[in-house]
Amino acid sequence: MIQFDRFTLGNGLRVIVHEDHSTPMAVVDIMYDVGARDEDPSKTGFAHLFEHLMFGGSVNIRDFETPLNMAGGENNAYTTNDVTNYYIQLPAENLETALWLESDRMLSLAFSKKSLDVQRKVVCEEFKEHYINKPYGDTWFKLREMAYQRHPYRWMTIGKELSHIENASLADVKAFFHKHYCPANAILAIAGNITVARARELVEKWFGDIPPGEKYVRDLPSEPPQNEERRLTVEADVPLDALYKCWHMDSRLEHGYYVADLITEALGGGSSSRLYQALVKEKQLFSAIECYHFGSVEKGLLAIEGKLVKGVRMEDAEKAVEEELKKIKEEGISETELTKIKNRTESAIAFEDMSVMARANNLAFYELLGDANLFNEDREKYFSVSSEDILNYSRKIFDVNNSNTLCYYSKN
Amino acid sequence: MPIRTLAPEIKDPVSFDIRLPACEKHILSNGVEVYALNMGTEDTLMVNWIFKAGNCYENKKTLAAAANNLLKNGTSRLSAFELSEHFEYYGAYLNRSCYNETSEVSLHCLNKHVEKLIPVVSEIITDSIYPEKELDIYVQNSCQKLTVNLKKCEFVASRLIDAYLFGEAHPYGKYSNREDYEALRREELLEFYNTYYRHGRCMIMVAGKLPDKLIDLLEKEIGKLPLRSFHGDTDDIAYAFAPASQKKYRMINDEQGVQAAIRIARHFPNRQDPDFQKAMVLNNIYGGYFGSRLMANIREDKGYTYGIYSYLLNHVHQSGWMISTEAGRKVSEDTIAEAYGEMEILRNAPVSEEELRLTRNYMIGTILGDLDGPFQVAARWKNLILNGLDEQYFYNTLQTIKTVTAEELQAIANKYLLPDEFYELVVI
Repeated sequence: MIQFDRFTLGNGLRVIVHEDHSTPMAVVDIMYDVGARDEDPSKTGFAHLFEHLMFGGSVNIRDFETPLNMAGGENNAYTTNDVTNYYIQLPAENLETALWLESDRMLSLAFSKKSLDVQRKVVCEEFKEHYINKPYGDTWFKLREMAYQRHPYRWMTIGKELSHIENASLADVKAFFHKHYCPANAILAIAGNITVARARELVEKWFGDIPPGEKYVRDLPSEPPQNEERRLTVEADVPLDALYKCWHMDSRLEHGYYVADLITEALGGGSSSRLYQALVKEKQLFSAIECYHFGSVEKGLLAIEGKLVKGVRMEDAEKAVEEELKKIKEEGISETELTKIKNRTESAIAFEDMSVMARANNLAFYELLGDANLFNEDREKYFSVSSEDILNYSRKIFDVNNSNTLCYYSKN
Repeated sequence: MPIRTLAPEIKDPVSFDIRLPACEKHILSNGVEVYALNMGTEDTLMVNWIFKAGNCYENKKTLAAAANNLLKNGTSRLSAFELSEHFEYYGAYLNRSCYNETSEVSLHCLNKHVEKLIPVVSEIITDSIYPEKELDIYVQNSCQKLTVNLKKCEFVASRLIDAYLFGEAHPYGKYSNREDYEALRREELLEFYNTYYRHGRCMIMVAGKLPDKLIDLLEKEIGKLPLRSFHGDTDDIAYAFAPASQKKYRMINDEQGVQAAIRIARHFPNRQDPDFQKAMVLNNIYGGYFGSRLMANIREDKGYTYGIYSYLLNHVHQSGWMISTEAGRKVSEDTIAEAYGEMEILRNAPVSEEELRLTRNYMIGTILGDLDGPFQVAARWKNLILNGLDEQYFYNTLQTIKTVTAEELQAIANKYLLPDEFYELVVI
């Protein structure tokens, strides 16, 4: 059970404080309620590019990094399709430095042209490093476009194409800031060796006078239910054939999400999992196989991907995957297997909770979903899943008309 | 209204009195040392078996890594699947890893399950049978993975730079090809296992909120095994230190490549050398973190790369100083010139007091953050022990960070940051 306090400033900024006096450090985590899903389809990759610009100086502080390092702190940030998160870790004595820095960039950026020019290039190199200059790097661009026809989960966080990033203008940057970066659209979580009273005092001092901004009301096109099988074949200069399949699953707070999470554990969690044991070890059709989902806030995707052993035919590999899915759909899972995947989940939660950074991040995320206390309810939600739930939900999602398949062939 | 243009007062991390939490030492009846860190707030635990079974003991490439990886793929009693299922049923992680001098088996679990798990680890380190079929699958899948990795410029570059620096036959420089995997034989694995695991030199690190009877449990399950103390003479295999004579290399791995993997590296003495700790501070300024000069120039000013870092290699006998980045194909030569340019600046001018204060504070703050949690503290102790050092070295490091002068750093730059001494590799 993670204890925390919660209050809201006059300008609407929601604040979570979690005391942990076993660490000498403090963590400041600010989550903005904006991700790649909120982008204009002709300007994708912008939320992430913008994250880079948040380090290019703010209205009163030219350099973000140096004063933080001077206080013994480190920081980073990430953008997903759902949210943008900024986090700092520093010695607890210097907490105020972090709040000073974060509050100034929430107040306003410097909007430097130089920073935009450089970060466009940096992000293009990031794009190349992870998605162009990598075998199979384009896979999820294609799969997302196949699985989502209307919803903005259609594109990757990095953006659809390099030109969207190259064309970003300073006017776009300003508009994006004013729309999304304000107290009304942010959650601030502070954790570590601090007291609620002190945290509150400092938060009011640094964030209290920031204008509230306008609450962003999300109105995204919803994805119509898929009711046909979708397939795509690609041939590229990669060394091995690969098979990718994905299915639509429930959103983050629905019961189905927890069931789907446990299904991915049964199918792909560890070397005693079903897919690994049957397809890598027994039948030797794949040299590696994984099953995972994206943890999306809205209706997401559950995926299976594997590299075929050289010489194995794609049809045979896919048939074998289907057979494993058929087994779980017809027989469900035993109570022993259910206990195993719940134990694995319990353990994963306990190890994650060891990090004060992870706790701050999770508290902010669940508050953004509606209530930080949902964090504490997760464990129970996993434990309440029954083998019957697994059976029914497997039948529901592993339906051929809910499936998207990408057969990735090696040219060589 | 707060005055936003004025930074709040800070407490200089340099003034912190950082203590390395004590590590308790026990010796099991067979001589195996147990280093215990009892700290933490969660009911979680790590037990790490460290063997002198790294790749410096193999007489055939990739044998040590294979012996380590396949440890849990079958005992006379349990199959690979049954072993995996046992650990996974209790939500535990049993990882293996193989390095140059050492290899490890590490168990992470919830405290409440530890009694069910340690006896099976004991079984693995005394009765692993390396089934032929498991070896075949391992060879096949390792070769497949290798073919994918060889398409990546950074993978190719990282292998080659180590080979240039130390020689292809040296433990720090060698790498595996398809034929090395295919040449693996079960009998050789069993022999390696018998020598370096079953009768091997072993120590154990445990960390977390330790259960009361953990040491008794280790004595019962591990203390009677034919293992030997980690510390003591070893029959190291002699290997040649054979750096390449050519210094500069340019390679095309993928004609279509849009980025170049750049590695620039030189030899550097190990941790026992009096220059090592000062070089760590200088490295931090040069390319050790996001605020470093390499990042400020090559990423934050020129936008040539997503990231560029320099670091001292974590080797026991002989280190190296490495610069590593993936940069745009067209700007790769400029990137190298800039990296050398930053060396020149460090040779020619002392670091300012302000930058030095920043570096000291940042490094101390990072060490404080790194000591947050039992597994992190255990990792630091492990590094000390494996390098033949003690906690005094940790305190000396802090002292060096706090007191090293700009002149001393400039002297280090003039001694080591010399472009002619560096190997240079670009793989597109």
